[in-house]
Amino acid sequence: MAKEWFRLTAHEIRDAVLGGAVSAEEVTRSFLSRIEQVDSKVCAYVDVWRDAAISRAREIDARIRKEGFRGALAGVPISIKDVLCTKQGYTTCCSKILRGYRSPFDATVVERLWEAGAIFLGKTNMDEFAMGSSTENSAVQLTRNPWNLDYVPGGSSGGSAASVAADEAACSLGSDTGGSIRQPAACCGCVGLKPTYGRVSRYGLVAFASSLDQIGPFTKDVEDCALMLGTIAGRDPRDSTSVDLPVPDYCQALNKDIKGLRVGMPREYFTEALGGEVREKIEEAIRSLEKLGAEVVEVRLPHTEYAIAVYYIICTAEASANLARFDGVRYGYRSPRATDMRQMYHLSRSEGFGPEVRRRIILGTYVLSSGYYDAYYLKAQKVRSLIRQDFVKAFEMCDVIVTPTSPTPAFRIGEKTDDPLQMYLSDIYTISVNLAAIPGLSMPCGFTKGGLPVGLQLLGKHFDEMTLLRVADAYEKNRGFDIGHPPIN
Amino acid sequence: MDYEAVIGLEVHVELNTNSKMFCGCSTTFHAPPNTCVCPVCLGMPGVLPAINRKAVEYGIAVGLVLNCTISKWSKMDRKNYFYPDLAKNYQISQYDLPLAYGGWLDVEVDGRTKRIGITRAHLEEDTARNTHTLGGGDSGVDFNRSGVPLLEIVTEPDIRSAQEAYAYLTLLKQILSYLGVSDCNMEEGSLRAEANVSVRRVGDPKLGVKTEIKNVASFSGTYKAIEYEIARQISVLSRGESVVQETRGWDPDRGITVSQRSKESAHDYRYFPEPDLVPIAVNDEWVEKIRASLPELPRARKQRFVTQYSLSEYDAGVLTTTRAMAEYFEETVRAGAPPKPAANWIMGDLQALLTESKQEISSCRIAPSDLAEMIILIEKGTISGKIAKDLLPEMFATGSPPDKLIKEKNLVQLSDISELESIAREVIAANPGPAADYRAGKTKALGFLVGQLMKATQGRANPKLANELLIKELNKIS
Amino acid sequence: MPKLTVKDVEYVAELAHLTLDGATKERLAQELGSILEYMDKLNELDTSQVEPMMHALEMTNIFRCDEVQPSLSRDVALQNAPKTDGEYFLVPKILDTE
Repeated sequence: MAKEWFRLTAHEIRDAVLGGAVSAEEVTRSFLSRIEQVDSKVCAYVDVWRDAAISRAREIDARIRKEGFRGALAGVPISIKDVLCTKQGYTTCCSKILRGYRSPFDATVVERLWEAGAIFLGKTNMDEFAMGSSTENSAVQLTRNPWNLDYVPGGSSGGSAASVAADEAACSLGSDTGGSIRQPAACCGCVGLKPTYGRVSRYGLVAFASSLDQIGPFTKDVEDCALMLGTIAGRDPRDSTSVDLPVPDYCQALNKDIKGLRVGMPREYFTEALGGEVREKIEEAIRSLEKLGAEVVEVRLPHTEYAIAVYYIICTAEASANLARFDGVRYGYRSPRATDMRQMYHLSRSEGFGPEVRRRIILGTYVLSSGYYDAYYLKAQKVRSLIRQDFVKAFEMCDVIVTPTSPTPAFRIGEKTDDPLQMYLSDIYTISVNLAAIPGLSMPCGFTKGGLPVGLQLLGKHFDEMTLLRVADAYEKNRGFDIGHPPIN
Repeated sequence: MDYEAVIGLEVHVELNTNSKMFCGCSTTFHAPPNTCVCPVCLGMPGVLPAINRKAVEYGIAVGLVLNCTISKWSKMDRKNYFYPDLAKNYQISQYDLPLAYGGWLDVEVDGRTKRIGITRAHLEEDTARNTHTLGGGDSGVDFNRSGVPLLEIVTEPDIRSAQEAYAYLTLLKQILSYLGVSDCNMEEGSLRAEANVSVRRVGDPKLGVKTEIKNVASFSGTYKAIEYEIARQISVLSRGESVVQETRGWDPDRGITVSQRSKESAHDYRYFPEPDLVPIAVNDEWVEKIRASLPELPRARKQRFVTQYSLSEYDAGVLTTTRAMAEYFEETVRAGAPPKPAANWIMGDLQALLTESKQEISSCRIAPSDLAEMIILIEKGTISGKIAKDLLPEMFATGSPPDKLIKEKNLVQLSDISELESIAREVIAANPGPAADYRAGKTKALGFLVGQLMKATQGRANPKLANELLIKELNKIS
Repeated sequence: MPKLTVKDVEYVAELAHLTLDGATKERLAQELGSILEYMDKLNELDTSQVEPMMHALEMTNIFRCDEVQPSLSRDVALQNAPKTDGEYFLVPKILDTE
């Protein structure tokens, strides 16, 4: 039986391919047959680029042979969230309004992975326009949690997280506006990173909320996370909000001790509201960090209780403008029933967008509308300042902050879709991070008795992904359990 | 009862940068539809804008010449509304922090100076163009203009008449052309003016209800539209009715403004700061660098022409109407032509040729150095002024230098005495009557004989010499 | 008094160019009303001395040079158009009154 290359991490694959132990083509075929085998159950992919992946793998093999190509991701099969523009295939954000849309360009992150020798397997499922935390808002399909197919994979990048967890991709790219990388990473038991706002170019990311969106990787371990971040980070002249700071070698963060490092526990995050198994696992993880020499300190984030209100004002306001371009004029869905211009707009948008997207557009339009701007949008931006200051102050007391990623593990499919406010409230631990523009990483810290992964979230100072990765790597190597593989074949 | 008009103007100027405001597409005007477009200016999913530095610098330059304060801190905002010509269904503009604000411009009206306040000048992006002439039930959208940088210049409601509005627009256009920041071509829509017009009783401190006049294709159209609108509003008020706040278009054929009342509900643009762009911070150093690079403006240049070239106020004014003409004049002088004849040729014969062929001086085929050479040849007596008048159209049509044309067409002035003497003799012999008349004391007959001599030499004879030699020959025989 | 009336929802839907059926309007008025009520929590905070965080990063003056870059070919520009004649994006006749 052929070796199960799909089980390996990206750095293992890269080393095997560059070391001549296996060809990129064989690795790619191994992943493609894994997809064929399990994706009918997981439904992580909305589009698999089988032929393109194989010919790309052959190209990489030839370049290694002929040119001595040594790309950092040579031969590594990667999946891409359908919110990122790719010339290959379609870019639909899992929305009816973009069905069949072909992007004339590749997102900057996609270009950078390509240059590093990655092989793209296809596009992954997501909540429509990244709005949701369960991937149930996809207009295409339901994605299931590889650890238990009755459960959601989290969202909005649920397809990406599931593809990595189910060994259908070595790594994936997702986007995170309020937790859309970290929360599904927690649900699916993989490593997910939302970099500092401005660290990674957003060019080619279909915008949800421009001041919060950031692209980041899903990986099987922290080393791969460092590898992916180092590949995609850096200034891009096409994104004016990407920062011109040198990109460090993030792999230098690995295999370091964390003695004397101060780990902050925000008092506001560990209230009685956080209960059960999640709290247990997080406290266990904190004890592991202590054992490794870290000093645990309590920090305060006093404006935490306002974060969800702030977040849902800002993200819906920005989304209402960002999604205005979907009008059936230049691309996308145009209602066949439209006979005049007004109908073209109204029917195309009403038929093309799903209910959650419509709800957020309406809310965002309302908070910006005449007479309400100051009360909602301006007020929210002021409180956003306070939330950012909270973190700046907290980081005077500590080097990283540790929190749960989500108050609960993955929930059952269909369990929570009724009450939008209840759904929004489950984003409590992730959204402040986007508001403060700091980096956040989620990694597995154990399983519930029911066998669902629990996510530990580590937060860092602006542009200090190094420390984040250092702590994550030290914890990963000493956490005392093996993630293993989900029971799916 | 006496009414007075209160008018404010909003002018949109397309800046003539090479590339668009937020992307690298060309701003060229004459391109086939949808060929100067990219994902950014088509508002495709996933794109981000990046500000063109040149557009910001042009905006600052305009702010400076309009005596504005340049904002130390300004930002871009999103203005949200749906229209097929708006790629993203929001326009990136500036809302509460414009690039420049609080300036003024002095205009001359009937010999007196009127100061018009400039409220603000802000950057934004132009929209696409809709075509309704494709036939069928559809309109077409061409995104070539989508994203071309625009500067919107807004005046205070300081203007009191159509005449003042016209003077402001003319001067503004002249200044913008001088700065070189815009082609200011109204036909191509690179300069668009909208007028807010209201009337009130003289002495009433309160403003009346205003109407907004849009879609006027020329300054004279704006002039007429404002005049009409003032009269219309006065007559509405005189009847005891009230003016409706609305947008009105100008119908040049009927010479009236017409209501363009829209069905759509009130505009609610939901401005908010553009999160994809960072703020613009302009420090003194940057402002001074731009100030130092500003060209001489029309008024200063006119004064310099009067003193430096001893031109009349009138001539200096005409020559400085456009920067291109002023520069053409100065290059001609620099190439050696004396200023006064250079001015006369440019304002006279050359301008006539340009007008006749509907050309701008910037595209004139006569190089200033060639015009200078022609003037020098006249001064030296190599060609006559009369010949030059025929030569100039040749130069204009062909772009050839004067010496080449003179040689080709054998136009050199005949100053050879022996040759002219013999021609003079032939003319006298062929015209015994007038010759006898002259000799009999009818000196007027000389004119006829000179004319005959010029005709015999196709106008090439040096007129002064021809005169002298004819008199000499006539006297000799007697 | 409800935080959000059906009329408010209608006004906002018009601004957003969405058409909603009666039941959806009712439901949205209620759902969004309770979300807005939740958002009123922000009024507990005195923010009169706080600067709004208008941009995620403290950067200024990021510009590009005025250089022309290649545009898309027209075929590619129009490839996703729901309706085109090969030259223009076609939309239902635009009337001045719209």
